[in-house]
Amino acid sequence: MIWQTILLALRAIRRNVLRSSLTILGIVIGVAAVITMVTLGDGATAQVTADISRLGSNMLQVRPGQGFHGPGGTRSTADMFEVDDAEAISREIFGLEAVAPTASRSQQAIYGNKNWSTSVMGTTNAYLQVRDWDLESGRQFTEGELRSGRTVCILGSTVRDELFGDQDPLGATIRLQRLSCQVIGVLKSKGQTGFGHDQDDIVMIPLRTLQRRIAGSNDVDALYVSAQEGISTNAIKEDIERLMRERRRIAPGEDDDFHVRDMQEIVSTLTSTTRVLTGLLGAVAAVSLLVGGIGIMNIMLVSVTERTREIGTRLAIGALEREVLMQFLIEAVVLSSFGGLFGIILGLLAAAAGAHVLGMPFVLNSGIVAIAVVFSAAVGMIFGYFPARKAARLDPIEALRHE
Amino acid sequence: MNTESENHNLIELAGIAKAYGMGAYAMHALRGIDLHIDKGEFVAVMGPSGSGKSTCMNILGCLDTPTSGTYLFNGIEVGALSRDQRALLRRNYLGFVFQGFNLLNRTSALENVELPLIYRGASARERHRRGREALEAVGLTGWESHTPSELSGGQQQRVAIARAVVIEPEVLMADEPTGNLDSTCSREIMELLCAFNKERGITIVMVTHDLEMALYAQRTIRFLDGLIDSEEPNGVKLS
Repeated sequence: MIWQTILLALRAIRRNVLRSSLTILGIVIGVAAVITMVTLGDGATAQVTADISRLGSNMLQVRPGQGFHGPGGTRSTADMFEVDDAEAISREIFGLEAVAPTASRSQQAIYGNKNWSTSVMGTTNAYLQVRDWDLESGRQFTEGELRSGRTVCILGSTVRDELFGDQDPLGATIRLQRLSCQVIGVLKSKGQTGFGHDQDDIVMIPLRTLQRRIAGSNDVDALYVSAQEGISTNAIKEDIERLMRERRRIAPGEDDDFHVRDMQEIVSTLTSTTRVLTGLLGAVAAVSLLVGGIGIMNIMLVSVTERTREIGTRLAIGALEREVLMQFLIEAVVLSSFGGLFGIILGLLAAAAGAHVLGMPFVLNSGIVAIAVVFSAAVGMIFGYFPARKAARLDPIEALRHE
Repeated sequence: MNTESENHNLIELAGIAKAYGMGAYAMHALRGIDLHIDKGEFVAVMGPSGSGKSTCMNILGCLDTPTSGTYLFNGIEVGALSRDQRALLRRNYLGFVFQGFNLLNRTSALENVELPLIYRGASARERHRRGREALEAVGLTGWESHTPSELSGGQQQRVAIARAVVIEPEVLMADEPTGNLDSTCSREIMELLCAFNKERGITIVMVTHDLEMALYAQRTIRFLDGLIDSEEPNGVKLS
């Protein structure tokens, strides 16, 4: 019986291909939009996560001030760190791989007639270890250079490209405002962070050089700490907090005037941001799915009016009310399911193309595909019911007389 | 239906009245009709517009229910049946032929004829066999795959007759079957109906405005103002 009804519905659909395909257009677009948005959103999340793991997942940052300001964010008025703080941390806390004190300033880097505004970071070789950052060519700082604050520098690959192009920078001398610096090494490219910040746009010099020759103070902006393999960054975070409270003489009950953040925190911030965005886009797309459903109802209603005589004939030759209801309902469900199917195909193709263009990974979310299938069938069911009931309740005499 | 119904009249109307609307404004389409139709009869129904013949046909065809009176079809009280039960009765015992043919558009002649069999749950093979047989019986062999728009009016009405007789109904209700056809086609259709009446014993109730068509029937019932005006056997047949 159900099979017969499905057969009737399929015949009715096949009889009017143009009307049927126009009917499902709304559903196709709606489903395709949802699938595209969610798939691209998942790709973005995957990429952010990958970016973060490139930053180093065993890394912690200690900064003065409170909370998470992000790179280039506001600085608080809290006291800066000093080199002693870094030494204390590496001396007193167990399970650390490296501790790197850093201080940064924005500077013009000049070589010949080339000029590039970049970030000059004063630090030690430990920074390279914390960031798991290798040299492409040249060498790291020597102990002597670090201790006496020599004017040597290591270039990030962006700075190298901007100042030297294809030339070999090793041994050349660049100027950082008044300071002449000899290039001793070039860093491998690390690419952008999840924030869109170019990590390769950097010039590294010994911390002491920066403090004496550029900043003119002994301040340390941030400490980068990396944990040994297998040691929880959470435990280390607590240890550092305890130690720093002691060193900065913060009374119990008072708030920290510094902040330790591990990568977990950054990961969760970024993934929650992309998730909100994905949700938002998905919701907008879902509205178009709803509109598609209303489109189905619309066309089905028109179809019922247009086919009144047909329905009258069916009723006259003995179709039951529920058979007519089922026929129209199944027509709507079959139509919207077809729409869902085309929408999924279209959406995945669009998402794959989009991911390719945006350089993101293509992540197939089978959950959203399943939801799209169920939802499009449900749309057909819900929005098909009203027209179907209207058809089934027609008075056969009136319906037969309908012009 | 029980076998004893052979002894009954196939159709018995007693005191059938039908009113539309309520109270003083009610429109009385039928004012109390008594009518018997035997199994195997061919009855023509005539009368001017608004005389109640269409209402009577709708009641006879179990599409409508009377306001009062009893309608026994094969001994069954139709007024007591539900909408679905009446649909099942139509499905199994009644065939309909309409003035406007009422075939499904963009649907082949064979599929149109098979439609009642689908509702009866016949298998595809049986549907095809019986559909082809019915089309053959109305002389449309070779036209199975044509859609109504590719057929002439006379051919369309033949398809409609095939659709009505494919279920081997007890009664064929024909509502002005020749109303949209020219006289040649009309005569062909009437001869076809007569043949089904004689050879298969299908009872036929036919509304017509055309006296010539009415004379094909064995009996003519004339309606006037919601009552049966006259009821007389046709003496001489033209055929």
